[in-house]
Amino acid sequence: MTVQNLIDTLHLTVLTEGDLEKEITGCYCGDLLSWVMSRAVEGDCWLTVMGNINAVAVAVLTDCACIVLTENAALDADARQRAEQQGVTILTTDKTTYAVAVALSELMK
Amino acid sequence: MESIKLHYDISATDFTRAGAASGDVKRVLKELGVAPATIRNVAVAMYEGEINMVIHAGGGEIDVEITEDAIQMILTDHGPGIENVELAMKEGYSTAPDNIRCLGFGAGMGLPNIKKYSDEFRIDTELGVGTTLTLKVYMS
Repeated sequence: MTVQNLIDTLHLTVLTEGDLEKEITGCYCGDLLSWVMSRAVEGDCWLTVMGNINAVAVAVLTDCACIVLTENAALDADARQRAEQQGVTILTTDKTTYAVAVALSELMK
Repeated sequence: MESIKLHYDISATDFTRAGAASGDVKRVLKELGVAPATIRNVAVAMYEGEINMVIHAGGGEIDVEITEDAIQMILTDHGPGIENVELAMKEGYSTAPDNIRCLGFGAGMGLPNIKKYSDEFRIDTELGVGTTLTLKVYMS
């Protein structure tokens, strides 16, 4: 499943656009950046409420497929700018992290 | 292969640039065709080091040397030093203030992560003088 498929199926809003054809191969949920950094892996769809510039750095370092900001969590202006520069896809939804994870799990079956 | 040396100055409290040095090293290693797992180890260890310098030490500097066998990183700061290294190495122990925790750090994972992702790890610290981390990640 690509990032674009995820956007279309879960009706996510695109805040910044990277490679939307990137394949999603897993999912990671978490807000503690050090924790995420050491556990998320390449191709993960990362669900978080952390919309700051450091989250963008973590997404770049882990090569995750995209960030999904759940429960309408805010994206900082400098984070948006950095994500655009680095080609990181950031999506947003009003759904909870749990709801998105469950839906994603169904889609990946 | 001749060794490649890189130097980075990490600024005092600028969180927005933290990650720039590790991002740059990641890019260089990618261009050199280094294995993704090795790149990840270097990137995580160095990013945690950068963040630590910004949070605790008012900045510092990082010297990276890439050779055929390994990537060596020397992270030097002139901060307050670490009072209890054993505690600082423990997962979950943190002295980071609340404003740092709000940013998603301060989980007490910094030094443990750095150690976890390095093949060689050495910490030299002196109260009032500063801390130097010498790390090595082997080429896989």
